[in-house]
This record gives sequence, C-alpha cells and structure tokens, in this order.
Amino acid sequence: MRLYSVGTAVAVQHAIIGRITTATSCGAETGKNCVLLWKHECPPLDYHSYGAILTPYNGCWWDVPPSVPLVHSLRGADYLADGDVVRIDPTGYVRTLYRKTSANNFILTTDRCNSYCLMCSQPPRQINDSDRIAEHLLLIDLIDPETKELVITGGEPTLLKDDFLRLIQACKEKLPRTAVHVLSNGRLFYYRRFAERLAELRHPDIMLGIPLYSDVDSEHDYVVQARGAFEETIIGLHHLAQYSVPVEIRVVVHALTYRRLPKLAEFIVRNFPFAAQVVLMGMETVGFVHKNMAALWIDPHDYQGELADATWTLFRSGLNVRIYNHQLCVLDRRLWPFACKSISDWKNVYLEECRSCALRDACGGFFESAIKKHSAYIRAIRHCELPHAKDPS
Amino acid sequence: MGQARFEAPDFYRPGGKYGLLPFHFMQFTPDTKLVVNEVGEHLLLSNSDFDTFITHQLDQGSNLYFDLKAKHFLFDSGSPVPIHLLAIKYRTKKSFLAGFTKLHIFVVTLRCEHSCPYCQVSRVSIDKSRYDMAPETASRALEFVFRSRAHEIKIEFQGGEPLLNFERIRQIVEEAEVLNTSARKQLEFVVCSNLALLTDEMLEFFRKHHVLVSTSLDGPASVHNINRPRPGGNSYELAIKGIHRVQEVLGKERVSALMTTTRHSLRYPREIVNEYVANGFCSIFLRPISPYGFAARTRRATGYTIEQFLDFYKQALDYILELNRSGIFFVELYARLLLTRILTPFPTGYVDLQSPAGAGIGVAVYNYDGDVYATDESRMLAEMGDKKFRLGNVHADSYEQVFGGEFLRTVTASSCVESMPGCADCAFQSFCGADPVHNYATQGDIMGHRPTSEFHKRNFAIIKHLLTIYHSDPIAKEIFWSWVRNAPLYGSQETSQ
Repeated sequence: MRLYSVGTAVAVQHAIIGRITTATSCGAETGKNCVLLWKHECPPLDYHSYGAILTPYNGCWWDVPPSVPLVHSLRGADYLADGDVVRIDPTGYVRTLYRKTSANNFILTTDRCNSYCLMCSQPPRQINDSDRIAEHLLLIDLIDPETKELVITGGEPTLLKDDFLRLIQACKEKLPRTAVHVLSNGRLFYYRRFAERLAELRHPDIMLGIPLYSDVDSEHDYVVQARGAFEETIIGLHHLAQYSVPVEIRVVVHALTYRRLPKLAEFIVRNFPFAAQVVLMGMETVGFVHKNMAALWIDPHDYQGELADATWTLFRSGLNVRIYNHQLCVLDRRLWPFACKSISDWKNVYLEECRSCALRDACGGFFESAIKKHSAYIRAIRHCELPHAKDPS
Repeated sequence: MGQARFEAPDFYRPGGKYGLLPFHFMQFTPDTKLVVNEVGEHLLLSNSDFDTFITHQLDQGSNLYFDLKAKHFLFDSGSPVPIHLLAIKYRTKKSFLAGFTKLHIFVVTLRCEHSCPYCQVSRVSIDKSRYDMAPETASRALEFVFRSRAHEIKIEFQGGEPLLNFERIRQIVEEAEVLNTSARKQLEFVVCSNLALLTDEMLEFFRKHHVLVSTSLDGPASVHNINRPRPGGNSYELAIKGIHRVQEVLGKERVSALMTTTRHSLRYPREIVNEYVANGFCSIFLRPISPYGFAARTRRATGYTIEQFLDFYKQALDYILELNRSGIFFVELYARLLLTRILTPFPTGYVDLQSPAGAGIGVAVYNYDGDVYATDESRMLAEMGDKKFRLGNVHADSYEQVFGGEFLRTVTASSCVESMPGCADCAFQSFCGADPVHNYATQGDIMGHRPTSEFHKRNFAIIKHLLTIYHSDPIAKEIFWSWVRNAPLYGSQETSQ
C-alpha cells in the first residue's frame, strides 16, 4: 500500500501539515490546518479557507492566488480520505502521516538510535532531526480523538528526551481515549528519573514495547550492536515497573536468538513477571537484515520446537504471550492460539499459495518483504486438515 | 550513536576469568548436583559439569556457562546486572515482611462440642464465662489489629468452636468494618468451624459480610468420625451438610477444608482425596498432626512416625497427580506453596514456613482471655502450661510492649534459616522456613536441632520429592505449573513435549 504521492507544487514555501477534507459544503471543515482534496476538474470556488489544496487534476491554469499553496497533478492519491493527515513538501511530495480508517497509525519520532541492531528494519541515521517535534505535536492535534491506538516509534523515541515526554503529554491531552504504544529499546530508562517523569505524566493507556534478545548480556549486546545495552534495558525495565508503567517485552526470533529462546523465556518469568505481555516475533526481512542475512536467516519452520517451548514456559507461568508475524501453515499447531494478525495493513500481503488456504482469514499473512524471502514450508491448508470444532482463539 | 559496521560476537563477550556468586548445592542424585541461588532459582548439573564450573574451567561460550550466568551463579564483568537482579528478587522474596502482621487470629471461645483426640486446644466445657472472649477484650484486640501497618489484614476466628460464641464474631466483624471505614485496609474475615452448629442466621451474616469459611474434613465418614468424635458420632454428616449449605449460600469458592492426618488416616490416602473431590473441593491440604495441645498427650494413640506420614503424603500426592492427569483440576496446597517458592520469584503468605518466622510479625493470636501469642501453636503450648510465647495481654500491655518487645525481637532474630545451624548451608534454604515454636515445643529450644527435627525431615523430604517429580515427569511438571498458576491445564494436547 502506498503512503505517498507526488504532484506539482505551486507556492509551497515550506512543509505543510494538514488534515484532508473533501467536502466544501456549508459547515465543512476549513482553516489553516485543513487541506482541501479537490477531485473535480473545475477549480474550487473558495481558495482562501484552506492551508493548502491538493488535486489529481492539472490545476496549472486555475486562478489560484500566489498565497495559496497548491499541489496539482497529484498521481495515485486515491487512498487519501477525509480525516487523514498529510505532510506536503515544497517539492510536491505528499506523505500520509495518519490514516483515519487504519488501525496501524504511528509517529516516526526520529531516525536516530543508540542501538544498531543487526536486523533493524528501519536503519537509523545520524541526523539532527530534533526539530521534527513541532510536526509531531501538530500531528497529534490533527488526529481523530477516536483513534484506538497510536504507535510512537523511531529510531529510538526516547532520544528526544524532554520532547519525548512532551509528546506523551500531548497524547494524553489531545487523545485521551487513544492507547499509546511506544516502541523503545528502554535503555534511557536506566536513568531512574526519566522513568519516574514518564510515570508522572499519568497517561491513562500507555505501554512500552521493549525488546530483549537474550538472557545473557553479551548475546543481547551483540544483536543490538551496543556494549552495555543489556544492562541499561534490564534496569530500565525494572525502573518502569517500579513506577507502574506497563511494559511489553518483544523478542525477534532469528538465527542468533532462537537457540536460547526457551532460556530467555525462563529468564523473563523470573525477572520480569510484571510484563503486561511478551511478544515473540518473526523477522521482517528489510533494512539491515539484507546485510546480515547469512547470520540471521533461519526458516521459521526450523525453530518451531524452541518457539513452542518458550511460548509454553511463558504461558504456564501466567504471562500473556503473543506470537507475531508467523503464518499458521508454518506455526506449530499448539501455538495457533497465541498467533495474532500483527502486520500493519500497509505492508501486509499474502502469497499466491494463500488463495486456496482455508485459514487465510485467520492468518496474519506476510510482510511485503517476505514475497522475496519466506519459509519454504508455506502451503495452503485444506479444510479437511483442520481439527474439527477446534476454536483457535 | 550507531557505527558504520557490525562487530562480531567476541567484541561483546567479556575477556578474562569468571567469579562465583553465592549459591547452595547438594548431591541430588548420585550423578547430579542441585545448585540453588540466593533467590531460589535452581539448576541440576552433572557431577563433572559442577566440578568444571566451580574450578573456573567452563568454556565461556558454552550453553552451560550462559545458563549459570543468566541465573546469577557466576559473573564475568563489572556489570551491576547480576547484583541488581538478585537484589530485586531478594526483596520480592522477602516482601511478605512489608507491612508487619497481616494475619490476626481471634480465639473467641475455647469451648467445643467435639472431643477430637488430636485437638490442639479445646475445652469441652459449659462454663461460658471462663472460656469465652469478653466483648471488651474483643474491642481492645481490634485496636491492636488496626495498629498493624499492613495494608491487607485477615481476621481469622478460631476456637474451640467459634460458632459457640457467634455473638463475639458478630461484634468483631461489625466493629472491624467500622474501624476500616477510616483505616481503609483490605480486610478479610475467615471463620474456622466444624460447621456442626451452623444456622441460617449465621450463614446470612457471613454472606452479608463476605466471611470466608474454613472447615475440617478428615476424609470419608469412617475416617472422619473416628478422628473427630462428638456426641451422636455424626461429625461427618454435620460437616458435609454444612459444607453444602455454605457452598450453596456463599458460593463454592468461599469455603475450604483442612484435613488432619491421624494414624487411622494413613491407610486411606485415596479415600480421603476422593472425599474432597466428591464434595466439590478443588484442593486439599495434607497436614500432619501438630505436636501441641491434646495432640501431644494422645500421641501414642493417634501419632505416627515422620516416615509413615511421608509415605502417606507421597501416596496421596501420586493419586492427586493421577486425578489431574485424567483432567480433574485438583491441588495439594502444601505442594503448591512449596512449588510457588521453587518456580516463581514470589513469596507465599504462609506464616508457618517463613524466614524470619511469621511468629508475631506475620501472625498474632488474641486468646479468649486477652493474652496475645506469637502463633496459633504458641497458645496451644500455653494451654499445656508453657507460656513461653505469650507476648503480652491486650488489657495489661500496650501495642508497643506486645509487638516491639525484646522477646519477639529475639524470636525473629533466631528464626532466620539463613543463619540457623543446619539450614544455613542447606540447598533448600530459599524454599523453606523456620518454626521456632515447633522447635521449642518438640526440642526445647527455639533454634532447634536439625538432624533430629521432624519439621526438617518432613520439609526436606517433601521438597526433594517435588523437585524429583518436576525433573523426571513432564506431565507432572505441567500439572505443578497449573497449581502455581491456579488454573487448569490448557488441554492435555497443549502440554509441552
């Protein structure tokens, strides 16, 4: 699925962030933060009530005053809808920041990271993007308050430090009914006061998803390519727990982590029994994975024993376990009750083979990247193979 | 910030030697040693692995090395993580200490219409004034209860047969609820009764005030009525009738039962367990006779050796596991208690097996005459004429004198398994606890003497038995976990391996 379009910009002096409206009727939304998406060949009647105007048509002949930013000839923008929030670049590049109809909205807070994970799906960049906070805060203003969940991700969002806390505070104020899920390596919560300050914001529905790759420091540090990261994450998790901030522990399963997965599960049971949930995830083969494919790749079929062991160890201790990014045909059947449809809609695909699968609707499918690289054991499951009257939920 | 290239695993592995962190160990089987760290995490090692480990010759990239490192048996760098994790888990294990006395036992009367030979304390007496708790004593004792800083307070009514002084129960519950409107504690009431005298009025009161019921059920009628004689010989019938009434009115989960093992019970482990299953219970607590009260005097008639008890316990446990295997969720509570300590980072609230002992600091007993005792067993001892563990009296002494006195401090300091001879170096130390009153009653000394202690023999044998099963029987392992989690197995096909 596309989340950007390119058109011809006229009078776009600087980046503009605004909420899409297609209606021009009386009482419809207008204002500086409102972007009119005009889907008619004739020009709109009112230019002045909007922060910018987008149109798929060639609007170069429209009599738009120079003070009104316009992007015309916008190609393939059918996915834009009322309530979506876009960022319009002076170059005519229009990127979707928020989709009202999607359950998978996120804020990419920064490209910077203090880890350098071997399998990072979104390789960090050492750039100074600290000024993006203003856009994030504006975005939070424009998001529909009925949004169920918002993911705060990066890079490493906590590198924003005070601005990270401002962001959470803004979520609490503007989106009090929206669950906030922060994807962080947790390392900065090694500093107790930072965890305490996050807790003091008293966000009503926040959870921090923090990855842990091994029960042994050197092995975790190797995967995240940062000495001392294990220590910071472990102590960070405990600081968060001490201040009652809900945490989720996330483990990406690959060739470097699967062997000790059952031991890691035991480690979690003994050291983080407070975890709100533990998520065991299949690897997305993008980003750094390509560089490290030889070290990382294992067919998920070949680690089902370890995955089942780890899942059971966590489950029987009373922890809430979920399995993400695994296809049911590859997953050990005992694990089906734990499998979730976890892949964000915009990068979720199914293969040709899946068409005839009896469980296609129950299955989470693949990351887009898996079209090129996936388990050799993908196959359509036939109705007659299903255990009768067995509810996998 | 990130670097431009990726480093190899060795870059992150510490060089140099490893050091050992404190742990306990024992020869578990001829071929294996059990190692247990300070917070109760354990591993079974082959003799040769153990030797390699303690002589600092482990391959620092081996799985065994990682296992021992992840469970804090060794350390290999300046990282504070092992100490941090041990400290936080140690605090968790000892968190039962926080808040001070949580369990408050009220002996509202010493009278009882039963005449059980194993009884720890009771008086078959009609002299009400002599053995019933007076209203002012109850009020004064409640003041003591609410002085405890504990957030969770459990008030337990015992006897004798507490229902013989139901008026006092009513008074205490109502007064406690009034006091709690300002104290705002998590308040719970339990009445320990044989249920023979239960009336609808009492039941209605229990329902209205959320009082839990704990009763005695020793097995089928043939066992129960021999163990628990009363006029009419109908203790069993009345108990069963009472249990069903309580289940009906208060709900199934609001009533539990305790069994006491007598010499007569020893031959009927299955029958006793079946009796519990048949009456809708999901658990049983297989208890030995306490060496107090009348039980001490009638020991020749009702008693047995510790080996006989262990044999009985193992047979019953085996049978209970068999039931669980067949799909019936049924828990042996003493096993659950020990397994929770072995398998989880959490403590248990069981005052008779803690370190330091729960006497006074976890439990206090307010006797009918206002005397305060450190444990239920202490007042039983007192009924035999030895008031060693009497902490004071609610009328004569202040709260500070009773709970802050030198005596209780001495008892507490002398009941830490971490320092007690024979316990200090025991591999099971972190699963176990101390009972100074038991030691004193049986061995004449608060510290006790481990090699001749039945308390030690029983706990040592049961812990070893549970660990043996856990590591040799994969299905039983899952059943044990289901007990710890207190939820039925997920379905037999879902068990791992």
